[in-house]
Amino acid sequence: MSAPVTGTPAALPEELAAPERTGHRGSALVHRLFVVRELGILAALVLLVVVTVVANPRFLSGQNVRDLLLSAAILTVLAAGQTMVIVTRNVDLSVGSVLGLSAYATGTLLVVAPGTPVVVAVLAGTAVGAVCGLLNGLVVAAAGVPSLVVTLGTLYAFRGLDSLWASSADRLQINAADLPSGFKALGGARLLGVPVLFLVAVAVVLLVGWYLRTFRSGRELYGIGSAPEAARLSGIPVGRRVLTAFVVNGALAGLAGVLYAARFQTLDTTAGTGQELFVVAAAVVGGVAIFGGSGSVYGAALGALLLTTIGTALPQLGLDPFWRDAAVGALILAAIALDRALQLRLAARLRGRNARRDR
Amino acid sequence: MDHASSSAPGRVVLALEDVGKSFGAVAALRGAQLELHAGEAHALVGENGAGKSTLVKILAGVHGPDTGRVLLDGQPVTLTDPAAARAAGIAVIYQEPTLFPDLSVAENIFMGRQPLLPGRRIDRRTLGRRCRELFDRLGVALDPDRPARGLSIADQQMVEIAKALSFDARVLVMDEPTAALSGVEVERLFAVARSLRDSGAAVLFISHRFDEVFDLCDRITVMRDGQWVSTDLARDLTVDQVVRRMVGREVSSLFPKIDVEPGEVVLEVRGLTRRGVFADVSFDVRAGEIVALAGLVGAGRSEIVRAVFGVDPYDAGSVRVGGEELRRGDPAAAMAAGIALVPEDRRQQGLVMELSVERNATLTRRWELARGGLLSSRAERAQAAEWSRKLQVKAGKLSDPVSTLSGGNQQKVVLAKWLSTEPRVLIVDEPTRGIDVGTKSEVHRLLSELAAGGLAVVMVSSELPEVLGMADRVLVVSEGRLVDDIPRARADEDSVMLAATGQGGTRAGAAR
Repeated sequence: MSAPVTGTPAALPEELAAPERTGHRGSALVHRLFVVRELGILAALVLLVVVTVVANPRFLSGQNVRDLLLSAAILTVLAAGQTMVIVTRNVDLSVGSVLGLSAYATGTLLVVAPGTPVVVAVLAGTAVGAVCGLLNGLVVAAAGVPSLVVTLGTLYAFRGLDSLWASSADRLQINAADLPSGFKALGGARLLGVPVLFLVAVAVVLLVGWYLRTFRSGRELYGIGSAPEAARLSGIPVGRRVLTAFVVNGALAGLAGVLYAARFQTLDTTAGTGQELFVVAAAVVGGVAIFGGSGSVYGAALGALLLTTIGTALPQLGLDPFWRDAAVGALILAAIALDRALQLRLAARLRGRNARRDR
Repeated sequence: MDHASSSAPGRVVLALEDVGKSFGAVAALRGAQLELHAGEAHALVGENGAGKSTLVKILAGVHGPDTGRVLLDGQPVTLTDPAAARAAGIAVIYQEPTLFPDLSVAENIFMGRQPLLPGRRIDRRTLGRRCRELFDRLGVALDPDRPARGLSIADQQMVEIAKALSFDARVLVMDEPTAALSGVEVERLFAVARSLRDSGAAVLFISHRFDEVFDLCDRITVMRDGQWVSTDLARDLTVDQVVRRMVGREVSSLFPKIDVEPGEVVLEVRGLTRRGVFADVSFDVRAGEIVALAGLVGAGRSEIVRAVFGVDPYDAGSVRVGGEELRRGDPAAAMAAGIALVPEDRRQQGLVMELSVERNATLTRRWELARGGLLSSRAERAQAAEWSRKLQVKAGKLSDPVSTLSGGNQQKVVLAKWLSTEPRVLIVDEPTRGIDVGTKSEVHRLLSELAAGGLAVVMVSSELPEVLGMADRVLVVSEGRLVDDIPRARADEDSVMLAATGQGGTRAGAAR
């Protein structure tokens, strides 16, 4: 009789008894595969940079790299938040609109009260985002509506609110001249030559990564995405955790709005339009499983960096910028294929270690 | 009946008093009761649908009882959710393991209870060590750091057991945990259960395997139709007595099978095997015959008929209709050859709930009813009306969505849908599940008339009275094998239940 490894009511043969399993190779194996996953993105990134530098040596000039990091900073902050949501088997499509709303709110605050300290402005923008996230989270967690639909709705609602506000305040665009110099300095500020905005993004990624790995509630987010029913049965407060993920993601989108305002300093109601799918793309390319349960915020951050680099590198390679979209698409497909291949390999390896039981 | 309470060891840890629970119109539990003593292993047995799993879910905090009380140490408690049940010291091992495939084995065991360092950070080193200690105690050699994905069912079950063990449960509930375990693993599980029991915990063990029940348990509670039947010391009972109490019903006259002289063999199944699911299944069905596939839930009955119809693949064997061999895994070929399958879950698989009665009833014939690729509403309506009349479907209008119909009438629509293809073999999987008693007998009358008209009927049913009332022959499936073929004259509750639980039957000895 052959091997019932899967759910089987058939009588199990005698030789299944007393399995002698090997020791602690599993952790190393899994760890290696995850490292492979992130190294893969890193390798793609390095390859892209090398090719671009060969074609255009000025690609690695200080200013160019700084611009690149500045652009990546905003996407990275968004990707970090989105990772928390996707890991719970949800998605937040409203982040582009939240970014726009928060950027406009921050700008308005600074125009109306130019003496506002920068810290207060940052907190205000973040709070605007948190409130948006709370709305999303409440509808998803309490009413049980699929997050895809809810956030598709709020994608338009938040953007509409933004436009309504701008037109009723008769301030359709906020220009650099309207903003206080203290805030504008943030956009160009550097620490040891590295743009401060990028350092903020790095700090966000490290914090979120640390939280997801180190705290019970962080692990529970993975549990919820991995097996929602099992999460419920093991007493995880699913609704509360999902709500938290949406609030944090909203707050980070709000923070990204402030970074956007500081970097571009010219704000209208289209800020961040279309960013939501780019963010999801960054997370998926970075190995965050769209059905939840696995993936790291570091991978998502690398994904964001890679997508940004592609956008910057292609013009330098003399390619039409329109190729960027095609490249991003190809990258998403490649990432999915890689994930699938790694998953199959992992499954085969894990099964191989049960082989004795498989006769 | 309760001889045991006076002589039982220990005090009452957990008690259910007069607990009732309904889902919609179906009463899953009515006046259920149970008393678990400290330091005892207690068995809960009953047929499929006796309410055991509902009772487990009430203990686990998944469902709240509609009536009655749950007492913990004599105090009424409300187990609002699984976390509350866990906090009360109740650990549940479910029939189906409930693990997080993406997380490590150790995290699965300690989810929500991970050991902490200062600052509420997870202490991974202690986590791994505690997990290895648990595995040492259980005698399993699983790697705590590997993900749960890819574990065999038996290993998943061991992880569940380790989880239950890890929080020093006062009450351990095991809902058919041994279905996927081998002999040695069952012994290991029992050793753990005994050591928990000896340290004062109460163990509730639910199983269809009587040898295990009598091996492990001190007392046995029997349930039937959602009600408590008896609680006795195991040593005062025999397997026969338990089985009789489990079925304990008169076969009612509700099932009017018309006697028919069977015609020629229509369906021939030979050596059908799907690895790990069922093996070497062979049977014939003649025109005019109703053949029942009986057995416990999970024995593989639905899987067998799904393979016959071609929805599921199979690895070996053949299916012939009227002498012609069918291509495996091809439902369209099966339909063309004259097989119809009325699936188990009509809401999911049998009907499109939002569509009208007439659309649903004619779904299988949409090509015949179309002109030039477009469905003719008039032809649809005519056909639906004809079948509704034949089957006496009670619907407001045929254009109403099928979701507005009662369960019994929905089932008739599914039947109409398949009968309109004029099949030679009709396979029905749990034809009366969730249908009220009145309509049940109508469905039975219908099946009986169809058989009398020369149709070969294969019926999968978990309801013994239905099986015994309807079937010309009862094929008993146990753990993926056909263990007995009982003609109508010899079929009774005892013979079928004994074969289904692997205790008797002509072929059962070989399978055990």
